[in-house]
Amino acid sequence: MSESQGTIIKVSGPLVVAEGLAGARMYDVVKVSEKRLVGEIIELEGDRASIQVYEETGGVGPGEPVFPTFEPLSVELGPGLIESIYDGIQRPLDVIQKQTGDFISRGVEAPPLDRSRKWGFTPLRKPGDQVEPGDIVGEVQETVLVRHRIMLPPGMAGEIVRIGPGEFTVDDPVAFIKTSNGEQPLKMTQRWPVRRPRPYRRKLQPDQPLVTGQRVVDTFFPIAKGGTAAVPGPFGSGKTIIQHQFAKWSDAQIIIFVGCGERGNEMTDVLKEFPNLVDPKSGEPLMKRTVLIANTSNMPVAAREASIYTGITLAEYYRDMGYSVALQADSTSRWAEAMREISGRLEEMPGEEGYPAYLATRVAEFYERAGRIVCLGRTPEGKEQEGAVSVVGSVSPPGGDLNDPVVQATLRVVKVFWSLEDRLAFQRHFPAISWLNSYSLYSDVLRESFDRQATPEFMKDAAAAMQLLEKEAELEEIVRLVGKDTLSAQDRLVLEAARSIREDFLHQNAFHEVDTYASLNKQAAMLSAILRFHALGRAALARGVEIEAIERAAARDRIARMKYLTEAEAPAAIAQTCSDLEKELDVLEAK
Amino acid sequence: MIREYQTVTSIAGPLMLVADVEGVKYQELVQITLPSGEVRRGQVLEVEGDHALVQVFEGTTGIDVPSAKVRFMARGITIDLSPEILGRVFGGLGRPRDGGPAIIPDRRVDVNGAPINPYAREYPNEFIQTGVSSIDGLNTLVRGQKLPIFSGSGLPHNRLAAQIVRQARVLGTSEPFAVAFGAMGITFEEAEFFIRGLTQSGALERTVLFLNLADEPAIERIATPRAALTAAEYLAFELGMHVLVVLTDMTNYCEALREVSAARKEIPGRRGFPGYLYTDLSSIYERCGRIKGRSGSITMMPVLTMPEDDKTHPIPDLTGYITEGQIILSRAMHRRKIAPPVDVLPSLSRLKDKGIGKGKTREDHADLFNQLYACYARGKEAEELEIILGEAALTDVDKLYLHFARDFEEQYIAQGEFENRTVEQTLDLGWKLLAVFPRGELKRVRDAYLDKYWRPAAR
Repeated sequence: MSESQGTIIKVSGPLVVAEGLAGARMYDVVKVSEKRLVGEIIELEGDRASIQVYEETGGVGPGEPVFPTFEPLSVELGPGLIESIYDGIQRPLDVIQKQTGDFISRGVEAPPLDRSRKWGFTPLRKPGDQVEPGDIVGEVQETVLVRHRIMLPPGMAGEIVRIGPGEFTVDDPVAFIKTSNGEQPLKMTQRWPVRRPRPYRRKLQPDQPLVTGQRVVDTFFPIAKGGTAAVPGPFGSGKTIIQHQFAKWSDAQIIIFVGCGERGNEMTDVLKEFPNLVDPKSGEPLMKRTVLIANTSNMPVAAREASIYTGITLAEYYRDMGYSVALQADSTSRWAEAMREISGRLEEMPGEEGYPAYLATRVAEFYERAGRIVCLGRTPEGKEQEGAVSVVGSVSPPGGDLNDPVVQATLRVVKVFWSLEDRLAFQRHFPAISWLNSYSLYSDVLRESFDRQATPEFMKDAAAAMQLLEKEAELEEIVRLVGKDTLSAQDRLVLEAARSIREDFLHQNAFHEVDTYASLNKQAAMLSAILRFHALGRAALARGVEIEAIERAAARDRIARMKYLTEAEAPAAIAQTCSDLEKELDVLEAK
Repeated sequence: MIREYQTVTSIAGPLMLVADVEGVKYQELVQITLPSGEVRRGQVLEVEGDHALVQVFEGTTGIDVPSAKVRFMARGITIDLSPEILGRVFGGLGRPRDGGPAIIPDRRVDVNGAPINPYAREYPNEFIQTGVSSIDGLNTLVRGQKLPIFSGSGLPHNRLAAQIVRQARVLGTSEPFAVAFGAMGITFEEAEFFIRGLTQSGALERTVLFLNLADEPAIERIATPRAALTAAEYLAFELGMHVLVVLTDMTNYCEALREVSAARKEIPGRRGFPGYLYTDLSSIYERCGRIKGRSGSITMMPVLTMPEDDKTHPIPDLTGYITEGQIILSRAMHRRKIAPPVDVLPSLSRLKDKGIGKGKTREDHADLFNQLYACYARGKEAEELEIILGEAALTDVDKLYLHFARDFEEQYIAQGEFENRTVEQTLDLGWKLLAVFPRGELKRVRDAYLDKYWRPAAR
């Protein structure tokens, strides 16, 4: 069957139509023209196939051949993924640079995993053991942070005949399994088609927070491990910085960062910065747990469409080992636009704004691949284990307009919505997450774990703080109409407290070496200090103290600087600030 | 293999359909010879079987169906490059238009270029001093950045761009520097303004210009920025120069793209622009940057006029999503004679954080600009309140902010067209303006810098 070679009859941008491809199936990968450009079949009509090509098609014309591979677009999974940087179809960009130089030329092929590198394989099962699909049989120390568990690929089961230990390349068999089809070698790598979700035993309700160290997120709009979130916002509102902050500080074990149709310099930033940033938990460079997928905006549009799937498949693979994985997709709008572009070239009937009618389906399918699950396979001890994939997708709606079809399709499926506002960004209030419009549907299910991980008051304080902010929004309306002087002293105190929450708590500088990350305990302490100010202020007002005197309290300066306290200094210093504040406000007397 | 056909079957707008062709490739360069002997150029947009759809750059006026001769050149659109291109003026497709001789090429390069491997990029972090406070102090430009000017009709964007071209330099270096200028559909007068400015400052011999003026074929504009960037890549990455690319006006470019898209009867996206506008723009903007191990760099400053000053119009919107920030000009400030009328609140440089600070500008820069921004934003809020309620309704603190905002606009943002401020002057001016506030209001600055740089105003 491999003899059936097709012939190109039409070229229009990234879309190529070929005929004579008998036996080809939907979503099979083909190699287009003598340049062997990678493409994927996205429409079949008789033996005529429409192919989206993942590389530039300039110089390709009718009459040139198309070579089928009879395999769907797949990724290679195995040790060596971590610390790699791939394009949208898992070609390693560092290897490609060595092969073809600083500019990406066409038709380059490079294996995703290093063929020559040897990995020390430690068997965790022994000959004679019965193993099922997904079972962990051994492990490899992939980086200082990641033990890469070697699993049976889905579909393989039987009895272990022989198994490692030793130094192996990814192509060497580390074990032999007696299956119903005879004895088969087990390698450390497996292939998986990107558009098909990897199997698991069952899904669970997320109940653990993914702590991000970002105060507005953890305190007000938390995301769960295995949860989904969207960050829509106009340009310049800080989507990418927020995504970078999550990639840096969230307490997931593996980070997959997909730069989908975004800026090249941003990926360089990640590449330069991550090896130098230290994970607050392990003390190791963050790069040791990170895989980057970079399909920048000027790289071929079809590969951009695939990059999201490549990313989520890698995430699922590590999830299957029992890890908590966080995937950042920046930006899903570019992915949707890639779909729209291909759909337009196929001359499909458009839905809203020219997007294909299946946009919402694709978006929902993608986010549904997130989740907390019981893994398909068992641990070496024969136990079930859990894994999770959390997905944060940024959305870049035109003009920041939330009526955009991609935003709407996304909001229907995600559970957390961080709404970025340019009004906040203009004031350089970052992260520019609106506290009034955003929501998290996980707040309730996470209550218990927050009580355990932070303080029992944390969630209560968060609710109280939110009330102050909501009250502030109401009062602002009045101020705008009639001025501040008409407000009662209590209301002016609310404004002061709310301003303190905004400026001293919610505002967080991603570029400040200390402020960039705050632990839950620090967040809880900071918040309770600000609420303490409000409570003490109210007591003072009740005694007849003037509001101006309360506003001028000297200890408030120290509240403003709490964010710059290191994790080590914070508990004592904040407690001291609270007691000073108490002393200061308690002695204030009615005039 | 060069093939010639006389089989044009239809012409519509800028497009021409040629039948019975063989071996034609996508994006191939096409030469059309009219009976008069006039030669025009085009590019293959689509091939299906033996039909080729050709986009004619110089327009289809005067082409007739039976007698036009079409040659397929078996290559894409290329331009000829050598160090001699500096100081020369070319047309939108790269042919000399200054009366000088043709370039004897060192290289003949396809204008479409190839994407820079993200792994090969070097992060832009070298501060460029433009001498303009609103840029250096608040929206710092760095080498390898793409920072557009979002303007409107009648605003002085060209003056600002020219001032930047004149004054931009990296502190403490004397590395070779060049300007690549791509003009798409601007008027003769605007082009003259730039050329005169470059001549006066002596920068013309370090400049390569690609001009497509308003009365020249619109479709040619699709190639113009690519030609300018191809020249810039050659100067930067082959000859090791630091190149500043000015592209003006991107709005005209996008409209040319829309014209082709409409002629192809493609499904339009927002405002009739094609759905691939983002991808197309990124293939221009993303060609800027630095590459590891190569000494040159490309810094880009595209200029675009926002239709109806609307930032959400697809052209500024998609540009803003690709570029690393934007400098927005404000009509209200222009009316108040504040020049350059940079609207600093929505303006942004995404790369400033890596280009400022100790060893680059000064240690206090980051805190200072955060504080200036915060104070100015609050001042503008106070101004709104004042408009509704009058100054009497403001608290004393709000009044401070209100006056600060006015001083800030008149002293910091406003500056002369030929006033070249050093970054120290810009920073010191910022501190001077902050003197009016009590120390407690300056929350964004760490204590050490307040102690070192801030002096309260005498009361």
